[in-house]
Order: sequence, then structure tokens, then C-alpha cells
Amino acid sequence: MLELKDICFSKDNKNILKNINLKIDNNKMVVITGPNGSGKSTLAKIIMGIEKPNSGKIFFNGKDITNLSITDRAKLGIGFAFQQPVRFKGLTVKDLIEISAGNNIKVCDACDILADVGLCAQEYLNREVNNGLSGGELKRIEIAMLAAKKSKLTIFDEPEAGIDLWSFNNLISVFEKMHKDIKGSIVIISHQERILNIADEIILIANGKVEKHGKREEILPQIYGKVKPCHKLTNNSICNKGGHDNE
Amino acid sequence: MNKIEKDLLKQIADIEEVPMGAYNIRENGKLASRNTTANIDIITKKDKPGIDIIVKPNTKNASVHIPVILTQGGFNDLVYNDFYIGENADVVIVAGCGIHNTSCETSEHDGIHEFHLAKGAKIKYIEKHYGEGEGTGDRILNPKTIINLEENACMEMESVQIKGVTSTIRETFANMKKGSSLVISERIMTTGKQKAKTIFDVNLDGEDSSVHVASRSVAEDESVQEFISNVKGNTKCFGHVECDAIIMGNAKVISDPKIEANNVDASLIHEAAIGKIAGEQLTKLMTLGLTEKEAEEQIINGFLK
Repeated sequence: MLELKDICFSKDNKNILKNINLKIDNNKMVVITGPNGSGKSTLAKIIMGIEKPNSGKIFFNGKDITNLSITDRAKLGIGFAFQQPVRFKGLTVKDLIEISAGNNIKVCDACDILADVGLCAQEYLNREVNNGLSGGELKRIEIAMLAAKKSKLTIFDEPEAGIDLWSFNNLISVFEKMHKDIKGSIVIISHQERILNIADEIILIANGKVEKHGKREEILPQIYGKVKPCHKLTNNSICNKGGHDNE
Repeated sequence: MNKIEKDLLKQIADIEEVPMGAYNIRENGKLASRNTTANIDIITKKDKPGIDIIVKPNTKNASVHIPVILTQGGFNDLVYNDFYIGENADVVIVAGCGIHNTSCETSEHDGIHEFHLAKGAKIKYIEKHYGEGEGTGDRILNPKTIINLEENACMEMESVQIKGVTSTIRETFANMKKGSSLVISERIMTTGKQKAKTIFDVNLDGEDSSVHVASRSVAEDESVQEFISNVKGNTKCFGHVECDAIIMGNAKVISDPKIEANNVDASLIHEAAIGKIAGEQLTKLMTLGLTEKEAEEQIINGFLK
């Protein structure tokens, strides 16, 4: 489904991604993890087209998308949930869900999606996505938008940040439901063990490189075998597990 | 009524033919049609151009439409409309002006509306302003609204300048007595070399009176907008003014919100923000499949909704 070949990216004279090569197959739940500053969010932005690589190629379902715009990639079937969702003065939750679904969604389906992310449709559907919403509410709305978009490949950048403990289990259910219903691949950038536990595959990014990539059963013991929370992993440390990652 | 006139009416008052209830349609400075009801009377003024709209006390679930259309190029229309809303009445008033100017001469409408709301009266007042026509002549609209709210009267005002108005000065003055409430929502869009100036002057004289002014505007191209407000809290009262503008191209926006507390129990807030469309807003909508242009339109339409 998605293939990255020799992706390099640098900014402000800093090499952020160094020769990234990876493949994500159809219908997989993949979790990208790694230390803060290792390049995970940048990698997600490069897949979505928000950042352009200095070199390397990106293929989506066999098509070279390296030079395609964000819009074209979205239309091809790539979706991206921002780590820090954007606020819109004037646009309502309903507006954004409708845009996400390509204006092809029934109100009752939009309500169901909101219920899945733990929001009461009656209360939220017509609310503006502005400063009146908390970070956690925005995060849920962001996830609801991607659930409505039904992309073949959906990337979530730290979806758990700002989500309270009670909602966490629901969040896992949302991913599992999306995975089952859409039959696409879901890529989640996360530090959370419970999210790592639902992955088919885990990719460990460290220092701008793919350190490990394999089945969960293979990778997870290697991560937790070597790393206790806040201990060193190879040359980098996985600290602030579950914290924000502003790469 | 021809198609142009019907289209103008549709734009400003959302009416296809004659509206329900009381109405007074003014066209090129003259009365085009009028209807009164048992509870709502409309009388032509004798001393100056304009009408008196008289709503009897306790009138409920009624509406008054008083649209004005100008289709004659070079026409300058000045009108004085006074509204007398009886005690405990609850009505909707739809005004607005549409100009269709195909000439090289200026068409102008200056509407001076004065509202007198008796005790406990409640109205929703909607005014829309719109200009069109391929002529090079200016389309000028200068509405002035004077609001007098007696005890516990309540007014909600929606003022919208849709598009096509070359120049506008929009003045609103309010005098508020005990327990009265005023909510003003303004939406303005300017393009090309258009100019728009808005002035709000509110006197919160009565205890527990409250005002909320929310202005949102979009200034494109070379257009210039100016927002001036002055809310005076003269007793225990509450005032909130918020002014948001999106600026694009080479436009210019000036915001001058002033609050004046003349009493220790006056609680007044003002917020003003001017900025271009945030890049991350465009990016987010593009990740949902919109082009940059579509994303921009979506953001502006939502903002002015």
C-alpha cells in the first residue's frame, strides 16, 4: 500500500530523516514509536505531503506520489489526524465531519461517529470548533473527522495526547472499529503501551532512522526487554512516555 | 415586479413574492406595495420621507418586512423609518436594501431607523445590504440605527453586508434601560476597493442591562474596513464586544473597540483580533481533500455564516 524509498529530510541544517525505507501493507494496524525528536511526526507529514522530502520516493498503491499535493494525496485515500488539532472560528463540528466525508454523510451517521469518540451529538454537532472547546474535545473531533473520511491509509499523530483515562479504552475501540469497517491501514504514532498492544506491526524510529520494523510479537519484547521507562534505548532515550511529541 | 427586482428582494429579505404578514416594499424612493394587519400598522410619514411601523402591545409570532430596492442608476434615497413596538410584543422585522446599478452614476440609500421598544417588548431585527450591477457607478449604503429599549425590552439585531457595496458607513446607537438586553451580530465582506465603516455606540444606563456585540468581517483585495465601538457602562451592567476580521490581499482593517466603565459595578469586556487565514487551517482542510481555494472559501463562508 505505502512504500517509502530512501527518504531524507533536513530542516535548518539538521538532518531529521535519514534514508527511511519502509513498507506498510494493506489492512494493517501499524504503530510508529520512538523517542521524542526522532522524526516520527515529520515522517507522517511527509507521507501526507505537508513536508516535502529532500530526496527519496513515496509510492501509494504502486503510484509515485512524491510530487503530489496534500489535496491529491487526500483524494487518493490518505488521511492525517493532527497531533494538535486546528480551531476554526465559524466552522461547526458538523461542517468538518461533512467536509471529511466529502459531503456524503447522513446526520445520523455523523452522530454515531461522534458517539464513538465519546461526544454527545446533540451537544456538539452544531458547536463551532473554536476556543470554546477543550484540547481533549478537539482531539476527539479530529479523530471523528478521520473516522468520517474513511481513508485507505489513516495516520494518527499521538491521538492519545489530551485524552483522559476514561476515554482511552474508547479510543482503542475507535481504532479497532475503523480498522474493521474501512479495511484500510491505520498508522498510529504513539508512545502508549496499550496502543502498541493493538498493533499488527511496530516501527521503531530513532535518530531519524528506522531502527526496527516487524510484527508486534517480535518488536515489543525487544523494546520492553531493553527499555524500562525513562531508560536509554540504543543511543536515544524513550522518556515522557505518553507525553506530547512536537517534532 | 421584474426579475432583477425579485432577485434583489430574494437576496436582502429572502422573499420570492409578497411576504406573509405586514410589509412595505420601497422601490426607487416610492412605495411599491404595502400590507398591514390587525396588530401591525404602517403609516407614511407626512413631514419627511419614510414610515412609522406601529406594533400593538402583546402582538406575538408576527413579522414585518420593509425591504428597499434601488434599480435606478444615479438615485439618492433618504428614508426615515420609526418602529414603535408595544409592551410585551414579540415580532420579527426584516429590513435591508439591495442596489442594482448599471449606470456610471452613484446610487445611494441612507436608511435611518429608530426603534422604540416598550417595556418587555422583544424583537429580532434582520437587515441585509447588497449591491450588484455591471455599471461603474458607486453603490452606497449608509444605514443608521437608533435603538431605545425600555425596561426589560430585548432586541436581537443581525446586520449583514453580503457583497457589492462600494462604500458604507453603518452607525448604531443604543440607549438601554433597566433589565434590557441587546445582542448585535454583524457580518461584513468587502472586496476590490470597497470601504466599510462601522460605529457602535451603546449606553448601558439601566441596572442589569446587557449588550453583546459580535462583529466578523472579511476584507479582501484593496478594501478598507474600520470598526469603532464605544460601550459605556453607567450602572451595574454587562457589556461584551468582540470584533474579528480576516484580512487578505492588500486590504486594510482598523479596529478601535472602546469600553468605558462609569460605575464600579459595570462589567465590560472587549476582544479584537485581525489576521490572515492561518496556514494550518488551510492545510487541515486540504488533508480532507479540498483544494487551497476551496479551503479558503470554506473558512470564509464559515466565518461569515
